[in-house]
Amino acid sequence: MSDDPFLKIVNGLVAIVLGVGGTAALYWVLNFLVGLLPGKWDRRIKPYVFVGPAVLVVTVFLIYPALMTVIFSFADANSINWVGFQNYVDLFQDKEFLGTLFNNLLWILIVPAGSVIVGLLVAVLADRLKALPERIAKSVIFMPMAISFVGASTIWGFVYATRFAQGDKQIGLLSAISTSLGFEPVAWLRIQTGSLNDLLLIVIMVWLQAGFAMVLLSSAIKGVPDDTVEAARIDGASEIQIFFQVVVPQIWPTVIVVFVTILILVLKVFDIVYVMTGGRSGTSVLANTFFVELFEFGDAGRAAAVVVVLMIAVIPVMIYQMRQFKKQEAR
Amino acid sequence: MRQLTLGGVAVRVAITLLCVLWFIPTLGLLVSSFRDEADVKTSGWWTVITDPFSQWTFDSYRQVLESGMANAFVNSIVVSVPATLLPIMIAAFAAYAFTFMRFWGRNVLFMLIVGLLVVPLQVAFVPLLNLFTDYDLNGTFLAVWLAHTGFGMPLAVYILRNYMSSLPHEIIESAEIDGASHFQTFWRLIVPMSVPALAAFAIFQFLWVWNDLLVALIFLGAGDNEVVTITLRDLIGDKGQEWHLLTAGAFITMTVPLLVFFSLQRYFVRGLTAGSVKG
Repeated sequence: MSDDPFLKIVNGLVAIVLGVGGTAALYWVLNFLVGLLPGKWDRRIKPYVFVGPAVLVVTVFLIYPALMTVIFSFADANSINWVGFQNYVDLFQDKEFLGTLFNNLLWILIVPAGSVIVGLLVAVLADRLKALPERIAKSVIFMPMAISFVGASTIWGFVYATRFAQGDKQIGLLSAISTSLGFEPVAWLRIQTGSLNDLLLIVIMVWLQAGFAMVLLSSAIKGVPDDTVEAARIDGASEIQIFFQVVVPQIWPTVIVVFVTILILVLKVFDIVYVMTGGRSGTSVLANTFFVELFEFGDAGRAAAVVVVLMIAVIPVMIYQMRQFKKQEAR
Repeated sequence: MRQLTLGGVAVRVAITLLCVLWFIPTLGLLVSSFRDEADVKTSGWWTVITDPFSQWTFDSYRQVLESGMANAFVNSIVVSVPATLLPIMIAAFAAYAFTFMRFWGRNVLFMLIVGLLVVPLQVAFVPLLNLFTDYDLNGTFLAVWLAHTGFGMPLAVYILRNYMSSLPHEIIESAEIDGASHFQTFWRLIVPMSVPALAAFAIFQFLWVWNDLLVALIFLGAGDNEVVTITLRDLIGDKGQEWHLLTAGAFITMTVPLLVFFSLQRYFVRGLTAGSVKG
């Protein structure tokens, strides 16, 4: 492929025309061919023409590779010889990996709850403002949603930056505050005491996800019928009682949806850790360990075992999702 | 509730504080990206408050664009647009079938899609790398287009199917009575009626692909074809001390998502509300 940006754009345009046009043509041709069959067979087969390509795509790009990954996790670094459960045994005897699991736990304990709390707070407070200030406040909180994890890491890297030389002025906000209070400059992302460096990374994720929580919770709060709130007010309930006893129970299903969605996202967290620390100083998480095992140590077996652990962690959430969906359909 | 009561003041103070807290990190980056290299490296960005009429410059932007960011920007567009359009069409057909057609295995297949929503993408990487190597696709745009099409498919089908099932069924039935085939009903009725959901997913997928680092890192890598997230990652990693380049680079990568986001916020929010899960 060429360096020339013009050729690249042409390339992209060709892909759009061929890809989208080609796919459309494929559907048209298949539909036409099936249409030639007698009526009964036409009706029986046509649904598979519509659904087939999507199923084919998820089979090739998700299901088949997932199964292969499970198989690779029982093989050695180059996926040549079987090693049984050795990769898993090695992982769980590795102190660093156990630390990684602990970090993942820390992330999933703090980020979903933290985002929901901030999101709920903003949703409730903004609801009491006039229309314009409400929109501005929400946009400010929501804006990080549009920023990539790498972009967010840059933004926060700047907050956490520290300069150590005598007489240097601080350029990072956090260090500027701490040194002006008389503390010595420290490298924030290396402090392992109380998992402080993990927590500083986690803050970034809450900063990114709170807006998402706010949007969904805000629309749920606006959906709470006024008369239920009014009735409680007439009964003499305080605003705080109304919130916890009238509003929260009614928006609870949304709270759960937000919580689960962020949980799924957090289980796979990668970019922030990879960019900010590379997993050093005890900050690694599963997805980062996977990447390091695969591309730095070249061990496809251990890397596969790491993602299988991740997949197992996701299974309860998956079952929950499917159940929820069935319930929703039954209604 | 609109009077300036004590509670009303407290609400205003609290929300203002939160907003300031949320905005300050981004503001710091924005301000820094327009400051002189020496200033960025030796004094805090907040010092511009006391000295607001000096030191503004576009130098960092010029430098970072010349050192590969412009090329990466083009690459990101070339990657993102097809990776957004391809899954939409395939998913729309499938969503139509799941909503309006009866066939054997329909529920099982759809449950499979719902289950796949939460599967971490990482499980697919090694086998897909092998597969792409067999066909000599690693490092090409085609590899990322295909990967994103596959990874985005469950969410696309899920969002579109949920939206289509909220459309009035009578319309489809009357179309059938009028002798329209499914193919015609799909193109002439359902696709135009589903535009809000199609737009919502398109925005969602576009932002996801544009902001993605992991898939790009694995299937595209660094080099001629690298996208903005990789270029930015390299700035952070290799030139950790070049803060002026980093700040400008970060803002360049953020322009497109912020533009998309602020111009299409309505659809974006609707998309989030419609299908709040991403695999």
